[in-house]
Amino acid sequence: MDFDLGAEAEAVRKDVREFLAENVNSDIHERMAESGTYYDGDFARALGARGWIASGWPVEEGGGGRNWLEQVALNQEIRHADAPMDAIGTTMLIASTLRMFGTPEQKETIMKPAVRGEVVIALGYTEPDSGSDAAAARTRAVRDGDEWVIDGEKMFTTLAQVADYVFMLTRTNPDVKKHRGLTTFLVPTTSAGFSISEVKTLGGERTNITTYEGVRIPDSLRVGEVDQGWSVASAALELEHSGSYAGETLEVLAVAVEQASQPGPDGSRLIDDPSVRARLAQAAIEAEMGDLLGMRAGWMHQVGQRPLVEGSMAKVYSSEAFSRATSEILDIFGPASLQRGRGLGDETLTMVEHAYRHSQVTRIYAGTSEIHRSIIAEAGLGLPRTRSAG
Amino acid sequence: MFDLGLSNEQEQLQSAYRGLFEREGTTEIVRAAEETGFSPGLWARVGELGGVDMSLPEELGGAGGLFLDAVLVNEVIGASVAPVPLAESTAAARVLAALDTDPARRVLADVLASGQPVTLSPRPAVDGRLGWVPAGLVADVVVALDGDRIVAQRGDQPTPYPGNLGALPVADRHITADAVEVAAGPEAVAVFADAVLEWHCLVAAQSVGAGKRAVEIGVAYTTDRYAFGVPIASFQTIAHRLADAATALDGAQLLARKAAWAIDSRADRWRPLAQMAFVGADEAAQKAVDEVLHFHGGYGFMLEYDIQLYFRRIKAWSLQVGDHRKELEAVADLLWGAPRLPAAV
Repeated sequence: MDFDLGAEAEAVRKDVREFLAENVNSDIHERMAESGTYYDGDFARALGARGWIASGWPVEEGGGGRNWLEQVALNQEIRHADAPMDAIGTTMLIASTLRMFGTPEQKETIMKPAVRGEVVIALGYTEPDSGSDAAAARTRAVRDGDEWVIDGEKMFTTLAQVADYVFMLTRTNPDVKKHRGLTTFLVPTTSAGFSISEVKTLGGERTNITTYEGVRIPDSLRVGEVDQGWSVASAALELEHSGSYAGETLEVLAVAVEQASQPGPDGSRLIDDPSVRARLAQAAIEAEMGDLLGMRAGWMHQVGQRPLVEGSMAKVYSSEAFSRATSEILDIFGPASLQRGRGLGDETLTMVEHAYRHSQVTRIYAGTSEIHRSIIAEAGLGLPRTRSAG
Repeated sequence: MFDLGLSNEQEQLQSAYRGLFEREGTTEIVRAAEETGFSPGLWARVGELGGVDMSLPEELGGAGGLFLDAVLVNEVIGASVAPVPLAESTAAARVLAALDTDPARRVLADVLASGQPVTLSPRPAVDGRLGWVPAGLVADVVVALDGDRIVAQRGDQPTPYPGNLGALPVADRHITADAVEVAAGPEAVAVFADAVLEWHCLVAAQSVGAGKRAVEIGVAYTTDRYAFGVPIASFQTIAHRLADAATALDGAQLLARKAAWAIDSRADRWRPLAQMAFVGADEAAQKAVDEVLHFHGGYGFMLEYDIQLYFRRIKAWSLQVGDHRKELEAVADLLWGAPRLPAAV
């Protein structure tokens, strides 16, 4: 066993820091905060030009040819800089999906530009009446010659306002079991009949409801086989499922320790209070455990194992720990925690206030905690299903 | 380079101990040892597998293995709640090895030659009394802090705590005129404190092993047990709580192994990692075994079911270290420095 990231990862860290110092500034943070849109075209293209969007892919496929430990270091630095990564994140999930399921044409015209930072793809699984039960999607796609006609509504289509495509889960056969009648498509956001309405969120980031009224798209934008969309979407969901939020917890913890170490007017410091010390130490332990769970999922992927259960463990543990840590830290500082933050370039307690709000969604998106616990219970512990197969 | 895989030798090491405990029928041995918390027969078998020698340097008569190896073996011991004080013996032998004085070397050579358990007292002597020494009832030699001296005590009369919560071989020991001073001074005291931290890491491994076994017991029970016409594991409140228990224990296991790796490589942060490993494992194991005992319903309250053996020992191991909350505060000391005391008025 070895827990050291190694010299190559540390070398990348230095390059990334220099790049971020040049390419992420307070103007970008200002624009992100104003619009709630965590995307910046110039930044995305600059990152793509370095091969750092698909940093782990081979160079000949538009990637950076980096080993996974270099990717870990790269991602840590990017997060620390509050760079506009949300759109790059959703885009990469679908670029990876196209790498598995896409046609040669889709790879050339959509996947490759996506990893260069030139195309943005939003996710369209969730609907007003279906979230965790994604396979219950009702948005219809009906074949008409070489085209498909799409009608329905998608919820939480975050970044649709800057996206070129929405990756859609649609129902193509309503007469079979729900998982068997789904097909996935890439719907251009320039299509007639496509419309967006803004949804404001607790964390400040903008999301959307997107509506599809008689949207016509060519069959060449179908991803995977007709009625086989669940296997395509499942692969994409699994990619999304294994993130860890331990890094976010370490960021808020560092701010909390720094602030608690400042002497107050009477010279006393919060960090000398046993109750404060215990709560900060608890957050530190949970961050360490969450980080290791995330590293395990990454390592398994690297050595050719499928970290289905381990990814779920990392996601549920680290997001729940992130929420607990932010709540405890706000308590420690009491009314001084009230000042509103925006989570972008914040270096004081306001960062934790924002993180407290933001952390709620980390337990919801990319699979709710309950979905992940069911995956762990069923696929990991071998317990019986706790939900109807429908 | 980062690698979470165990070596072939480490896999074999774990499976050798697993095989030993399966062959010997540990549950019966555990129940038979409820009075003393120690099985001399099982201890002899552990010795044949190289128990205490494992992580000691070859030039001192050890096998030259890693501290991580000892952590991996203690996971297996915890899984069987085997009544053998390998964690204490390992930590005590390692402090004798680390002290690098002639008396320490002589005591270590005696200990290894005798094959008897040895221990260290995590609490310093107070007026010659060493309170609640882990394995103090059965250890031939106790290594302890007495003022700024490290002493090796043998031949005193232990004061036992029969029928204690975890059936642990805990006892008070007493510094007598026979005590051998093996080292003294601030450096020696610091070496001793580090050995106590290593013991924390070994206890963490035991708790992780026991907690994970408790989850396995819980999975088997809730799958077999029907209520309202279905296995109770098909209720989300049970399935999800078992999932949380398994997850926290996996995190704690990774943390204990990372701390062991850091101890072996004397990496930065090894001290906070070892302390964090204890607190993380203790919390995860206590929570897991509480849940699983509860999922047994009334059967969990019966002595006949094995889950109570795990429930009692996991808490008792924690108490033997001290107050969980104080241990948590000690993590803060190691991460951010000791608290500043208010200025005297």
